[in-house]
Amino acid sequence: MNMSDIGIVQTKYFEFAAPAEELALENGERLGPVRIAYETYGRLNAQKTNAVLIEHAFSGDAHAAGLHKGALKPGWWDSMIGPGRAFDTDKYFIICSNVLGGCGGSTGPSSINSKTGKPYALDFPLVSIRDMVRCQKKLLEYLGIGKLLSVAGGSMGGMQALSWLTTYPGSVRSVIPIATSLKHSPQQIAFQEVSRQAIMSDTNWKSGNYYGRTLPDRGLALARMIGHITYMSDISMAEKFGRLKVESAEPFKFTADFEVEGYLRYRGDDFVKRFDANSYLYITKAMDNFDALENRPLQEWLKGENVKVLVIAFKSDWLYPAHQSKEIVRACKLAGVEATYCEVDSTYGHDAFLLEIEEEAHLISHFLKKVFYEYEVTGNYGI
Amino acid sequence: MAFDNIRADHKAILGLIDPRSTVLDLGCGAGELLYLLIKEKGCRGQGIEIDGQAIYKCVAKGLNVFHGDIDSGLSEFKEKSFDYVILNQSLQQIRNVGAVLQDALRVGKKAVVGFPNFAHYRSRAQIFFTGRTPVTGSLPYQWYETPNLHFLSISDFINYCRFKKVNIEKNIYLGGESKILLLPNLLAQTGIFLISG
Repeated sequence: MNMSDIGIVQTKYFEFAAPAEELALENGERLGPVRIAYETYGRLNAQKTNAVLIEHAFSGDAHAAGLHKGALKPGWWDSMIGPGRAFDTDKYFIICSNVLGGCGGSTGPSSINSKTGKPYALDFPLVSIRDMVRCQKKLLEYLGIGKLLSVAGGSMGGMQALSWLTTYPGSVRSVIPIATSLKHSPQQIAFQEVSRQAIMSDTNWKSGNYYGRTLPDRGLALARMIGHITYMSDISMAEKFGRLKVESAEPFKFTADFEVEGYLRYRGDDFVKRFDANSYLYITKAMDNFDALENRPLQEWLKGENVKVLVIAFKSDWLYPAHQSKEIVRACKLAGVEATYCEVDSTYGHDAFLLEIEEEAHLISHFLKKVFYEYEVTGNYGI
Repeated sequence: MAFDNIRADHKAILGLIDPRSTVLDLGCGAGELLYLLIKEKGCRGQGIEIDGQAIYKCVAKGLNVFHGDIDSGLSEFKEKSFDYVILNQSLQQIRNVGAVLQDALRVGKKAVVGFPNFAHYRSRAQIFFTGRTPVTGSLPYQWYETPNLHFLSISDFINYCRFKKVNIEKNIYLGGESKILLLPNLLAQTGIFLISG
């Protein structure tokens, strides 16, 4: 499945917040040193006006595009990033980093705590979406980028894009929140809590102290199975599996008789190979706690900065339904922000932001072109 | 300015809008008018459109557009957010026309309304002679496939403005490509009004 046009890429690492300059977190705690895994594609232009930050979703990582040496599968948004693609690497410099609290190379609960020499486990502080974004800001400063052309991402990636808009409005020309929400609804929190309970009720979890022992694989796999149900739609499941049964089905043995059961089990088992259970707990909590506006109107956050917004939702997405995207649009209308909103016709459910490439690419490529062109013409990059 | 190949109603509306003003185009379609207003008049524009395919065309033109219906999309804007709110060839397709017109004059300092005149002589003749719902150049749909929910005449609209104490600042009546100066309710296919609250 080698689809990538970018070719071989490598994950890089940025370290900061050494003991004297620890990162001050939103909850008042301090954390350091911090390591952020990131990848870049394309070239930063001389004026440094073409940088686009890609934000990954809950279980994603810094490997958004291209191939790692020896790998068969490209990065998670490879179909959107590359020469001539939506995020055109011939024009733009693309950056993607793994979130703080994650397990894809950035500092998280599975990292070694320099004070104890052991993995943090539950000693890891409760990080927020804003803390994740703060780390990305540090990374961009390190890369010498003062102002981003755009920040784009789906689901939790969209939350980070919204967090950029409210936290650093002067550092972004535009944001592209996709299939996301200003804050989680009780229904979204409920699904996440059931997933967390699945992990914590695994006897191998041991209050998070499972590193170097048997991992809470059953709990984590179950959490992932629940997640996958919410990522699909009634229609996409019916189309993908129907009521087809697997060949090895044994009636009355509670085996995975239906294909959908086999699929969920496969997804769950596959997930535990690459994801840390404690990261699951921390990141889902960060999503639940996220509130982009905190009851303040958007214009107060923007402080007069002119930021353009492209909001994308998908019709069959019931996990992050379109009415939540319309709330983002409503905030933009009230703030007088130049914005575009499109509800893409799709049957894929929440997964659509990774699958409806043609429509998404059309919207994003034209939007970026406009923002970039205005940027260049007005020369409004503070030189 | 090159006004060649521009639809007559668009040309008329371009003439009503002050340069460098802010406009909200309700039911902007593929964004032709909005694009002209930005390109020819230096306006800042925002569109609202219900049709998904039209949204993609707007975005390809670099326009700001919201995917949604006019009825619910307007109420979320603050008072006088725009210099002009435009309802061109969309008024007749709105469910609650009265509420939208009222809101258009709340959100915009002025509003531009353009609609097909149901009392054009050809429509009258079709009803009179054939006894059937008229199908004309400006009302091209059969009764069973029309998106139009309301059928109004130029006189209806003037009457509405009088009744609601809406101020008609300017009007333009079109028959095909040319302006109609005499008996507009009989001879004009399209009525365009610049109104204020």
